[in-house]
Amino acid sequence: MASLKKIKPRTIISKWISSLCIVAFTCSAVAEIGEPEKDELKFGFIKLTDMAPIAVAYEKGYFEDEGLYVTIEAQANWKVLLDGVIDGKLDGAHMLAGQPLAATIGYGTKAHIVTPFSMDLNGNAITVSNDVWAEMKKNIPHKNGKPVHPIKADALKPVVESFRDAGKPFKMGMVFPVSTHNYELRYWLAAGDIHPGFYAPHKGDTSGTIDAQALLSVTPPPQMPSTLEAGTINGYCVGEPWNQQAVFKGIGVPVVTDYEIWKNNPEKVFGMTKEFTEKYPNTTVRIVKAMLRAAKWLDENDNANRPEAVEILSRSEYVGADYEVIANSMTGTFEYEKGDKRSVPDFNVFFRYFATHPYYSDAVWYLTQMRRWGQISEPKTDDWYFDVAKSVYRPDIYMIAAKELIKEGHMSATDFPPMEGETGFRKPQKHFIDDIVYDGSKPNAYLEKFPIGLKAEVL
Amino acid sequence: MEASANANAKLEGRRIVLTAKQMRQVSDKFVKIALLPAIGIIIFLILWQASANSIVTSLGQFPGPSQVWEQSKSLINEHNNERNKEIAFQERQQKRNAEKLAKNPDTKIKIRKYTGKATFIDQIFTSLYTVGFGFLVASIIAIPLGIVCGLSDTAYRCINPIIQTFKPISPLAWLPLVTMVVSALYVSDDPMFDKAFLTSAFTVALCCIWPTVVNTIVGVGSIDRDLINVSRVLQLSSFVHIKTIVIPSSIPHIFTGLRLSLATGWMVLIAAEMLAQNPGLGKFIWDEFQNGSSNSLGRIMVAVLVIGFIGFILDSLMLQLQKYMSWDKQATLR
Repeated sequence: MASLKKIKPRTIISKWISSLCIVAFTCSAVAEIGEPEKDELKFGFIKLTDMAPIAVAYEKGYFEDEGLYVTIEAQANWKVLLDGVIDGKLDGAHMLAGQPLAATIGYGTKAHIVTPFSMDLNGNAITVSNDVWAEMKKNIPHKNGKPVHPIKADALKPVVESFRDAGKPFKMGMVFPVSTHNYELRYWLAAGDIHPGFYAPHKGDTSGTIDAQALLSVTPPPQMPSTLEAGTINGYCVGEPWNQQAVFKGIGVPVVTDYEIWKNNPEKVFGMTKEFTEKYPNTTVRIVKAMLRAAKWLDENDNANRPEAVEILSRSEYVGADYEVIANSMTGTFEYEKGDKRSVPDFNVFFRYFATHPYYSDAVWYLTQMRRWGQISEPKTDDWYFDVAKSVYRPDIYMIAAKELIKEGHMSATDFPPMEGETGFRKPQKHFIDDIVYDGSKPNAYLEKFPIGLKAEVL
Repeated sequence: MEASANANAKLEGRRIVLTAKQMRQVSDKFVKIALLPAIGIIIFLILWQASANSIVTSLGQFPGPSQVWEQSKSLINEHNNERNKEIAFQERQQKRNAEKLAKNPDTKIKIRKYTGKATFIDQIFTSLYTVGFGFLVASIIAIPLGIVCGLSDTAYRCINPIIQTFKPISPLAWLPLVTMVVSALYVSDDPMFDKAFLTSAFTVALCCIWPTVVNTIVGVGSIDRDLINVSRVLQLSSFVHIKTIVIPSSIPHIFTGLRLSLATGWMVLIAAEMLAQNPGLGKFIWDEFQNGSSNSLGRIMVAVLVIGFIGFILDSLMLQLQKYMSWDKQATLR
């Protein structure tokens, strides 16, 4: 619809064309979605609880309801997964929100990846080793014998400094250079005045450790606990169940969830190549429909279906961790220090708060963080941010699927943001750990607000 | 582990044989065939259980024989459940296809394979199939190559440096190259083989070739001079010469090579599957390791034992085949 607004009919012909466009658009929205052009599909995922919509859509038969025969395959790491989607081995995958954006702008492997569906909000946490926690705990105010949350990185700063004084590097793991975890970890560290380091891809430096006080490196999610146990890293930021796993194994303590770093932050998306969505439009819409139903099922009746979802996820072909470990975070609680289990009802959100809508403003936030840490080496105009967001995030496909589901009676109009006048930008968001307000319509102004981070300069 | 079991069996065997001299006449055979291996296995199981109890990892205790037994039962159960799910899946598909036909009689109906997970038992067969294919490809290349090199000194001198250079290369070094080459060259809309399958199979083949080539060369080179002279006297054509003289007399060596190749191939395959995440037992182990559930170690142990057992069976099969093919039935083969 946005593109229609731009047309200012000057001649009769253009008026005629635009009215034809409107007719075509409304027709396509009303007409029933045809048979899927491709019905045997293979989707990839990484063993994390937020892959749940894919598993549920399969197990509950939502894919089959759409006439799709889907095989689901766990991938070794995010790079293998992305390459699989790009070279067509996978038709779609559970992706880090930053991956489609980075691939489209050519940071890492270049390919035009789009996302018509956002998979969840929140769901990550930062865990530190027992030794670091013991030191950190001294700097954290306590109430009723328990640490006061949210814990800021200010408490970690003296620990990092003592490491540096002893000549030891302070190392932390995250899962991928363009992962949510990388940006969340950096955000949290920087908010506590610990410099997480810059990237300088134009100089061939993609390690992200220029000026760093804490050295961040990549470790695949399921290997985080064992890497921490081996002492290779002192802490990590990862999705579930790998923080709760550390608690169960007694090797580390989660200190902060991403819900506390940025309330209701967008997390994973479902990524496909642009080519796929153009070649198989019906299949694409049907995939989104099935996933929407799965997401709704996951959040229905105040998380009533979560125990069943946990059982599905604990099967070895999906996440495969023990039921109790997955249940710890999926059923509305989160265990910090062993025994310190707190209620976090929104730790994992799949459908509430319009979680599935691919908002442009979410894309812009990731792009601002890529710029902040130098992955985008030069300053860009606001319009550049909007253009990239619009070429990757596809609320248009999402809306077609939503309308279909409303028509079929699976969903109601209130499940979705109001369709009229939707700009694709969320209202300015507060609730960041450092109280900086994010307005997606002003990316450059947002970057100016950070004490640590690149602005107009080039490294 | 097998080696230590054997060592135990040997040690134990000596003691029993010494203390029970009178038994020897009656049940020498029984002792050799059943009792000694059983004692070895029992001692091994006791040692295993004892050491398992004292190793505690962050994923719980190291699995002993009892946990492994439990996990193998649960793996078989899972397999049966999955087959039931498959039947339900096919029924749903048939119903859906029937509906489609009712709506539009011209619709092309396609029967799709089950989309569920591959169970442990499925993975075993995938691995066997892959190693079999790779081994076959390697043997088809290696035996003729070995014969040519064995017969002709010129060919041997040309090819020997290449063989010597390629022989010590770890299969895993080949893996990235094989993966890229298969992806680049094997392009088809409706592929007969899975790319992952071909990658694993060719990696196996690359490593299976060398032991067979080397042993075939040795075998062909060590043919009895008398036999060669006979062939000369009778003026046999080179085809008949190879068929009646060269191959039969080098069979023992060729089979030694083939057995070595198959054993190498089986080991290589598991590693390749693990690294490349190609379907098979290697992937099963890696997936379980990544799952990190309290059952994972037990399941991995089941897989480890199954891998060993299959390797053992494969080798015995090759031995039987060698006995069957070999003209000299008197020779002791082990």
